[in-house]
Amino acid sequence: MSRTEIYEKLTAVFQDVFDDDGIEINDSTTAADIEDWDSLTHIMLLSAVEDEFGIKFDMKAVQGLKDVGAMVNLIGELLA
Amino acid sequence: MHLMLQYPFNSQALLRKRRSIKKELLSKSILMEKRVAVLGGSTTHDIKDMLELFLLDQGIRPVFFESEYAQYWQDAMFGNPKLEELRPDVIFIHTSNRNITGFPDLEDSAEAVDSLLEQEYQHFEVMWDKLRETYHCPIIQNNFEYPSYRLLGNRDASDIHGRTNFITRLNQRFYEYAQTHEQFYIHDINYLAADYGLEKWSDPFYWHMYKYCCCMDAIPRLAFSVSNIIKSLFGKNKKAFALDLDNTLWGGIVGDDGVENLSIGPETSMGQVYTEFQQYLKAHKKLGVLLNVVSKNEHENAIAGLKHPDSVLTPDDFISIKANWEPKSRNLVQMAEELSLLPESFVFVDDNPAERAIIRQQVPGVPAPEIGEVEHYINVIDRSGFFEVTNLSKDDFKRNEMYKENARRAELQANFGSYEDYLLSLKMAATIRPFESIYMSRIAQLTNKSNQFNLTTKRYTQEEIEAAADDPDTVTLYGKLEDCFGDNGVVSVVIAEVNGDTLDIILWLMSCRVLKRDMEFAMMDELAKQAQNRGIKKLVGHYYPTPKNAMVKDFYALQGFTKADEDEQGNTRWELDISEGYEKKQHVIQVQN
Repeated sequence: MSRTEIYEKLTAVFQDVFDDDGIEINDSTTAADIEDWDSLTHIMLLSAVEDEFGIKFDMKAVQGLKDVGAMVNLIGELLA
Repeated sequence: MHLMLQYPFNSQALLRKRRSIKKELLSKSILMEKRVAVLGGSTTHDIKDMLELFLLDQGIRPVFFESEYAQYWQDAMFGNPKLEELRPDVIFIHTSNRNITGFPDLEDSAEAVDSLLEQEYQHFEVMWDKLRETYHCPIIQNNFEYPSYRLLGNRDASDIHGRTNFITRLNQRFYEYAQTHEQFYIHDINYLAADYGLEKWSDPFYWHMYKYCCCMDAIPRLAFSVSNIIKSLFGKNKKAFALDLDNTLWGGIVGDDGVENLSIGPETSMGQVYTEFQQYLKAHKKLGVLLNVVSKNEHENAIAGLKHPDSVLTPDDFISIKANWEPKSRNLVQMAEELSLLPESFVFVDDNPAERAIIRQQVPGVPAPEIGEVEHYINVIDRSGFFEVTNLSKDDFKRNEMYKENARRAELQANFGSYEDYLLSLKMAATIRPFESIYMSRIAQLTNKSNQFNLTTKRYTQEEIEAAADDPDTVTLYGKLEDCFGDNGVVSVVIAEVNGDTLDIILWLMSCRVLKRDMEFAMMDELAKQAQNRGIKKLVGHYYPTPKNAMVKDFYALQGFTKADEDEQGNTRWELDISEGYEKKQHVIQVQN
């Protein structure tokens, strides 16, 4: 799956989880950029991403996620 | 009811779209608000969110208190101003085996293990006692799920040092408390975890990353299960089945295939699976769930099918059998009316997806579960929690019989010249007395279940009912009605407060099973008598309209009261002067006090 395709699906997940169709994300998006993105929503977000892409994150990988770009890279690796 | 919240639901979709689903549910009319305290021994955030969705879907708008992370015990034992301020209607204690602080050591003696067990148990018992004493509300307590690993392998189950054994024993102690204390309910996460798959349920990722005791995907299942207990406590259980026949209760189409060719009974696998389903349905009669048929069939074919020698269910098991070619939605609404039930008290079971879709569309609030293929019918219906049993009363065992008696009364009525002659022929005897301890649970149940013949729709917990009975300035009455066909049990409840020389009726309800029997007049006669004995000069009544209680809009007018006040919401206030005497209104029931 290309980064563009990953972004397309990932944007839909973000829009659902934050219930905001206007949300756009890019490599440098972090929790600070989205108002409702707190530690509790983060759990939900990761679970929804796992479900959307049919992947499973491990603890080590999750802890290294610093922005959306890193998340997209991780998804790409797990899908490869 | 929202289809996304019906079992079997898509957990991930619920978790992900929770915000938009919540908005949608909030846009519909919600009847009751309930204050729910969630005391957690692990993270509860998503559990609370999911619980909210399921409760909203049941017509309950929850207002939450949520403990800070793992503060369940501290909040309960040492108080928390926010919890006290909430005055919860129900408390849910979400603990798990992660909250067991000490497990046996392999070297421990049997006495040491016993004492450890006692210590772990006491930690909970003191908390329950404290909560009961402080909040007087129902408590829902998780049991413990099995451990996710077993040091002793299979021996873990039987050896007193095994965690599996220890948890089993601890659970048993919890159940003993539940068996001996009212208003205390076990939430069986041990079953849920097993049902879900323990290995996936206990995914350590969620504990170590987020301190969730179960995986994210299992949270909707857990919350749904808790919501079923809560909605049952607040009178939102379903009361009846409306069952299709062909390919639902038996394999084949009776009108086309003939009775002799139906799949039912021990001869074939298909026959056996329908038999098991029929047995499952029949067992519901003892829970007080009414069985009914709504089938597109010639009536005689339907009866012939039910008389199949291998059919577990026979025509006698049903209260109402509607077998005709009318739309099922119309039959269901009519059936509800005949039984004095609300349509949404029914669960519609039909193998045909098109019929289910029509019912959902035409009779909102009636669940028509996606039951799948016949071998899955039981699994889906059982996990839907329609009839979640929180309290089992003797009344429940007899409910089907009572409805049958009503049907026989209707037949009798047709033979009488005047309605009064008919009522007299019933040889009715009522007991009308202040609340008595043996009926407290039934009285509380009625205040939470009755929606139609209910003037103020005020709900009470059992503790509140007991408190009202003890209060010298409160007049309480329950009414029990028997007739020549049987005992209807406690059917009417009245609570009124003395204010100087007036008596303010704050609760007046009656079970619809005794409509048009003049029982409401017998109750008023007794209330007036009690009021006069206390020197009361004026009775005051209230009617607060809800979407369900239009039938009693003119109740006080019929009782001879005068309307004193009406506000913009249609709430009315009524008065009856009894200082000059009170004329008895009812002459067909023999009343005992």
